Amino acid sequence: MINYLIRRLFWLIPVLLTVSAVTFIIMRSAPGSPWDTSEDRRQVDASTQKSLEAFYGMDKPMWRQFTGYVIGDWNSQTHEYACGMICGNLGPSYRQRGRSVQDILFGAPEGKTFWQSRFGYSLRLGITALSFAIFLGIPIGIIAALKHNTIWDYTALFIATSGISFPSFVLAIFLIIIFGSWLHWIDIIVDDWTVAKYWFMPALVLGFGTMAYTARLTRSAMLEVLRQDYIRTARAKGLAERVVVLRHMLKNALIPVITILGPALAGLVTGSFIIETMFSFPGMGRAYVQAIGQRDYSMIMGTTVVYALLVAVANLSVDIVYVFIDPRIRLEE
Amino acid sequence: MTTPQTTTTNRLAELNDVFRPSKSLGQEAWSRLIRNKASVAGMVIIGFFFILSVFASVIAPKDPLELNSGKRFLPPPFYKGQTNIKSEPEFLLGTDGLGRDVLSRVIYGSRVSMVVGFLPTAIIMLLGTAVGMISGYNGGRLDNILMRLTDVIYAFPDLLFFIIVMVALRETFIGQLMNGLILLFAALAIVNWVGVARLIRGQVLSLKQKEFIEAARCIGVKDVRIMFRHLLPNSLGPLIVWAAFSIPGLIITEAILGYLGIGLRPSTDSTDIFITSWGALMLDGQSAINTQPFLLLAPAICVALIVLAFTFLGDGLRDALDPRMRGTQ
Repeated sequence: MINYLIRRLFWLIPVLLTVSAVTFIIMRSAPGSPWDTSEDRRQVDASTQKSLEAFYGMDKPMWRQFTGYVIGDWNSQTHEYACGMICGNLGPSYRQRGRSVQDILFGAPEGKTFWQSRFGYSLRLGITALSFAIFLGIPIGIIAALKHNTIWDYTALFIATSGISFPSFVLAIFLIIIFGSWLHWIDIIVDDWTVAKYWFMPALVLGFGTMAYTARLTRSAMLEVLRQDYIRTARAKGLAERVVVLRHMLKNALIPVITILGPALAGLVTGSFIIETMFSFPGMGRAYVQAIGQRDYSMIMGTTVVYALLVAVANLSVDIVYVFIDPRIRLEE
Repeated sequence: MTTPQTTTTNRLAELNDVFRPSKSLGQEAWSRLIRNKASVAGMVIIGFFFILSVFASVIAPKDPLELNSGKRFLPPPFYKGQTNIKSEPEFLLGTDGLGRDVLSRVIYGSRVSMVVGFLPTAIIMLLGTAVGMISGYNGGRLDNILMRLTDVIYAFPDLLFFIIVMVALRETFIGQLMNGLILLFAALAIVNWVGVARLIRGQVLSLKQKEFIEAARCIGVKDVRIMFRHLLPNSLGPLIVWAAFSIPGLIITEAILGYLGIGLRPSTDSTDIFITSWGALMLDGQSAINTQPFLLLAPAICVALIVLAFTFLGDGLRDALDPRMRGTQ
């Protein structure tokens, strides 16, 4: 078990290396240097360009730039050693002068907690969306399974099927136009995200697909458990229906649901950039989209690596959680 | 006295009265498919958009590139906008920020979604099937490399990869080809073929153990022939289902990229086939949500419709091609 865990943890390294290598190569093959096409189109003169390149380490050969990004390197101007990605240093942003990528993503504004940082906002939105998905999805799945092949089941199944396939940003467009523009129930432009009620709409849109998926997963797992012998035994010995459902069925049916929670949260945090942009939510996803618009290459790269790490860790968490909650699974291989 | 020949014929006729005429697997699946109402509805919608995209130049009521100055963001005639801009009946869905007819642009936009759905899927299927089949059939080192490669590609959030590729290579030669469509196809194909390869590999691994493959090998059938005559037809079902679910995914991806402003470049050249995409239209519509919401709504409805259509068709195909899977995940 411990061996398996260690092996899986080590497997993260080549994955992250490949992701950063691919991103690095693609980003560096983009024509032009990062600053000759700045927003104001002001051209940088040759000497400034040179010192800028030295500052960002771009005067070095390609392979050294990459090792510098991952491990660290000496700056050719200041001769100071700057540790790379392995120390959590994602490099300076090309557009937001004087700020590093990790500072933009994880650093909170003055006097605020981590939860006020861009990543903190995205994480909170993801958690809100996930709890919405769980607290709505699981009951829907249970009801659908208990009332199998009735109108309740069909309705739930229809919601689940369309919810999974329906693109969330299209749903966002519909909701914004109907409730924001036509009915004026919600504000389209929100400045103050500390007010809880504004979180409702983006969390709902973001969590809708996961909710549908959770409902379908719960339903099929419940249907499977429903036919087990121990359920018949439980009923036969005269247990109350509530006890049978909650303690015997649900406890077993939730195993597959619990295992998707990790990847679901990662998916919600990483997949939220469209929703964040639409609702102008101050999270990591919107920072990413803004970086795309400004061609802030180091920012795009750093965020991609963070996203990839999140996804990889989430996938790893499934396997670990599985072992703990389902004793039938052994990971000897 | 009857000859043996006629006895057989009689017997066959007799059997025909008892049993229904024999059908091939394909016919069987088809008849199951057309009994599924949701799938038929899906096929009708897909057919509708297909015709729309092929005959866009005939169907579109106006020139999608014609600028009408002074007619910016006109709301459609049936919609009472929140501003006092008067609509004009000739623009059925109103106009965009440059006074171009929204309906015509949406019709032309269907072309991009159709081609983005089908063409990369075809490339992905060819590539993935070839690699998956060879690696599953031969095993060994190639198989190992493929599996490690899939692990890495699975860890890469695919939408992020598309975004990076589109942002970085947009200004290069390949990014300019067909307004960026070629680059988009390439990016989509590079990521997605792995899934197909894995699917086919799994199929081949389980089929390989079956008796009929063993029998074929015993009588000396060549490997290539076994692959094409036995393995490929038997893995076709899951492959078709995969394609039906892949197409809407690609359409959504294109719409997202377009919405972020890094998809297809909207063209102003009337000789271009692909003038605009639904994603790009939504990006235009974002700024006029109160005056002209249909610039945003119309393409969004189209994306939703076509995605749901493909999903229902995919569900139907899965049930039809593998009835045992019915009702499960």
